[in-house]
Amino acid sequence: MSCELTQTVLHGYLDGELDAARAADFERHLISCAACVAALEAHENLRSSLQRAGLYERAPLALREKLQAQLGAPARASVMPIRNPAPWRWLAVAATFLLAVFLGWRLLPLLRGNHGETALASAIVDAHLRSLQPGHLEDVQSTDQHTVKPWFDGKLDFAPPVHDFVNEGFPLQGGRLDVVHGRTVAVLVYARRKHLINVFVWPTTEPDSEPLSGSQLGYHWIDFRKAGMEMCAVSDLNPDDLAELQHLLMQ
Amino acid sequence: MSAGVEGESLDVLDSQDRARFEQLVLPHVDAAFNLSRWLMRGRADAEDVAQEAMLRAFRFFRGFHGGDARAWLLQIVRNTCYTWLEKNRSVDLTTEFDEELHPQPSVTPETLAIAGDNRERLTRALEELPPRFREVLVLRELEGCSYKEIAAITSAPIGTVMSALARARQRLQRVLTQPAAQRKQEAGREL
Repeated sequence: MSCELTQTVLHGYLDGELDAARAADFERHLISCAACVAALEAHENLRSSLQRAGLYERAPLALREKLQAQLGAPARASVMPIRNPAPWRWLAVAATFLLAVFLGWRLLPLLRGNHGETALASAIVDAHLRSLQPGHLEDVQSTDQHTVKPWFDGKLDFAPPVHDFVNEGFPLQGGRLDVVHGRTVAVLVYARRKHLINVFVWPTTEPDSEPLSGSQLGYHWIDFRKAGMEMCAVSDLNPDDLAELQHLLMQ
Repeated sequence: MSAGVEGESLDVLDSQDRARFEQLVLPHVDAAFNLSRWLMRGRADAEDVAQEAMLRAFRFFRGFHGGDARAWLLQIVRNTCYTWLEKNRSVDLTTEFDEELHPQPSVTPETLAIAGDNRERLTRALEELPPRFREVLVLRELEGCSYKEIAAITSAPIGTVMSALARARQRLQRVLTQPAAQRKQEAGREL
């Protein structure tokens, strides 16, 4: 029992790559072709095994750090005229300065006694990276805010606001506890397409603030304070989408 | 999309381009690593090659004129992998995974448990496929690329992508369901 369509069109159908007319043709063909029905089922099973087996391997932290170091300094310093330093170097200096000022100003309560200015942004990006390792993302895995919210009860000395934004394209995936600079924080996990977003939440006594954002190691973060809570969202998602989530969280 | 990355300006990017690179390309470092890990069949060399590819992308970023940054980067990653394999492990490109060089560990209750592990089994099966089949499966099933993106990354027509995926999936099914000895016998008969 064989059918030549198992070699071609069936895969376009499986991958959602056929136009509507060809997909309809193939569906009509499926009614009378047992070979294609069997092949389609086998390939669908294979696909879900591949996708569920956790085969995707994310870049190790060491690679990100090497890239940061190499791209942070000119990649081809030897051929650069010394008398003409690249303007972005000054930008980098300025950016570092701004980040230091920002962190000094915004996060001093958290960092009091800590020596590293960029420590918090690094700590949060590191925590984000850690969470992407298999099995580390969620302690409570649920898309239901009424499951996630009570899960935090008794585990924290504050109640993080938990909302599902599935209708806005940011379905809630779950939550977990994390430790950032010795403080236990709540983390809410949202998804956007294939991207994951970690939202770190902890209480603050500082007044409300406008969002501030930045990026590190290829990850973007956006941080704000609202009603006694500070939230920092981190993701490899593009900054515009991340800002959209921040608006939702701030409401 | 620009096809080649060779022969473009080696000038260091100005601040604006640099910011664009950080925003458009750097977030795809996971995709770069994942593709190179599967083409290199291991993490150790994959890290070096992904790093080299990212640096090449950085140097050739002026040749990127908008569009799909991930596909653009993955094209460079793929080229970098194949260049590396040709130079250092050309046997990978011409022959299939040789199970005599990578023998199955002897069977104990522990290894049986590992063999039952889906991840282990699928990893071995994927690594056994020739690279041209492996890459389309990785791009499609793990990276979620469209045919159009895979066509751009592999410099192949879309029809070729579809038939490569068809053959890759059939091969993978066969690797997963038949013991190696039987496949070898069949391969011998086909010759």
